[in-house]
Amino acid sequence: MLTSTIAPAFDVEKIREDFPVLKQHIHGKPLVYLDSAATAQKPTAVVDALRHFHEVDCANIHRGVHELSQRSTAAYEETRVKARQFLNSRKTEELIFVRGTTEGINLVSSSWGRKNVKEGDEIVISAMEHHSNIVPWQMLCEEKGAKLRVIPMNDRGELIVDEYQKLLNPRTRMVAVTHVSNALGTINPVKEIIAMAHQAGAVTLIDGAQAAPHIKVDVQDLDADFYTMSGHKVVGPTGIGILYGKAELLNAMPPYQGGGDMIKVVTFAKTTYADLPYKFEAGTPNIAGGIGLGAAFDYVNRIGLDKIAAYEHELLLYGTEALSRIPGLRMIGTAREKAAVLSFVMEGIHPHDIGTVLDRQGIAVRTGHHCAQPVMDWFHVTATTRASLAFYNTAAEIDALVAGLEKVKEIFS
Amino acid sequence: MVDDLYQDLILDHSKRPRNCHAMADATRNAEGYNPLCGDKLKLYIKMDGDIVKDVSFVGSGCAISTASASLMTESLKGKTREEALKLLDKFHELLTTDTPVTKDLGKLVVFCGVRDYPARVKCATLAWHTLKSALNGAAEPVTTETE
Repeated sequence: MLTSTIAPAFDVEKIREDFPVLKQHIHGKPLVYLDSAATAQKPTAVVDALRHFHEVDCANIHRGVHELSQRSTAAYEETRVKARQFLNSRKTEELIFVRGTTEGINLVSSSWGRKNVKEGDEIVISAMEHHSNIVPWQMLCEEKGAKLRVIPMNDRGELIVDEYQKLLNPRTRMVAVTHVSNALGTINPVKEIIAMAHQAGAVTLIDGAQAAPHIKVDVQDLDADFYTMSGHKVVGPTGIGILYGKAELLNAMPPYQGGGDMIKVVTFAKTTYADLPYKFEAGTPNIAGGIGLGAAFDYVNRIGLDKIAAYEHELLLYGTEALSRIPGLRMIGTAREKAAVLSFVMEGIHPHDIGTVLDRQGIAVRTGHHCAQPVMDWFHVTATTRASLAFYNTAAEIDALVAGLEKVKEIFS
Repeated sequence: MVDDLYQDLILDHSKRPRNCHAMADATRNAEGYNPLCGDKLKLYIKMDGDIVKDVSFVGSGCAISTASASLMTESLKGKTREEALKLLDKFHELLTTDTPVTKDLGKLVVFCGVRDYPARVKCATLAWHTLKSALNGAAEPVTTETE
């Protein structure tokens, strides 16, 4: 067993102490949580921040002159500053609070898209997009009479850059691509993809849902026009996320939703909209979620994304090696640049059966199409089993997965 | 234990499904789809008046859904339309309630373990939803999300 040789400098046992949820037993077995690409577990620091807000500081933001409202506003806005550091945007007002990546994409497709996309224009996405980065663009194309073009991938699950180049033309308005594939783990060369889009005069949106928890993101270095992420994948609460947009683009866009907080002056004759970022933040937001996300950023920063990435890469190599020794198991997604996602199929055994048998051994994996049906179609499978790893997972848990899969084979062989 | 779910009869029917073929002279057919897992099933029925004379299916799915389709086809032959629909109700009850298992389900009682796996109920009911759709002559493919 290689367990002891994995990244000895990374004290995973100490980190696991921060995640009370991991200490439980499921069906009498220790929980082995391998579904962090769906949602990451939350450290005590995030739970405490949520609790503190609800017990001590709870008030609406940007409204009251009273003490609690000032405290909650300050805590909520502090997260925006932390998000600026996390994504390295130039300005704090370039960061919009959204419910998650899905809403971030919908905001851009609705607001920027409706204004800038016309009949005959083209929008480029990739073959490995999550449904959330397909459907909003399809809806826009349908409404405008625009065309959706798709960057193909190879057998490893890597985008074919030469084919992408051929898709670009003066009609290309938007290139919307995922940074890391949720179904395959592929890390896309988004910096190059963005530069090529800009050459063609197109605007870019990067779906950072899977990248933000695992890779240091620098939106200025990438030169992304829009970059969006979910809080719950970076050990924050659900229902909160960040959309980054370049200020000049956001300023030129119409509001996404109308309501309170996004206005300067309202009369029945005319409304003047608020400045960035509030123009895009109508209504009372997920205040607790925003504050919890701030605690999540702090937590991740304390460990360090570089250390997280290095440790997860060790786990990925260990897991890839361990799974590849199982006869009849085929990995789906073998990109050379890959995040810690192990997606696979087993000959003659349906992923849902694998998922159920593993669950009874305390092992939580995702089974199904991972909201990426076109990816499944491309690989000629209806579904896969996906073990997605985070920095609180251990090599011993991968050993447990392998043992679990042996049990699966025993039942279905 | 997981063996309560994957009983030998279920494993047998999942590995060697019965009546698993298309039927050229079917008088009714319907398609079922489980959007959560992507499982698809096409059901063929040959009616003789009010009697289910023959029934078959094709499709891809998990062990539970395949075995369920296979055992369903076996249990339907010779039944009237009304009896078939009544069996569907009983089967659904078996999977989703705590009522005592009744004998009139025959071999289908093997699925009683599914009760303890709520996430898998839709796998076991896909074929039966499709049956209802076929017997009622629905035009659209039925999905498990309509419950």
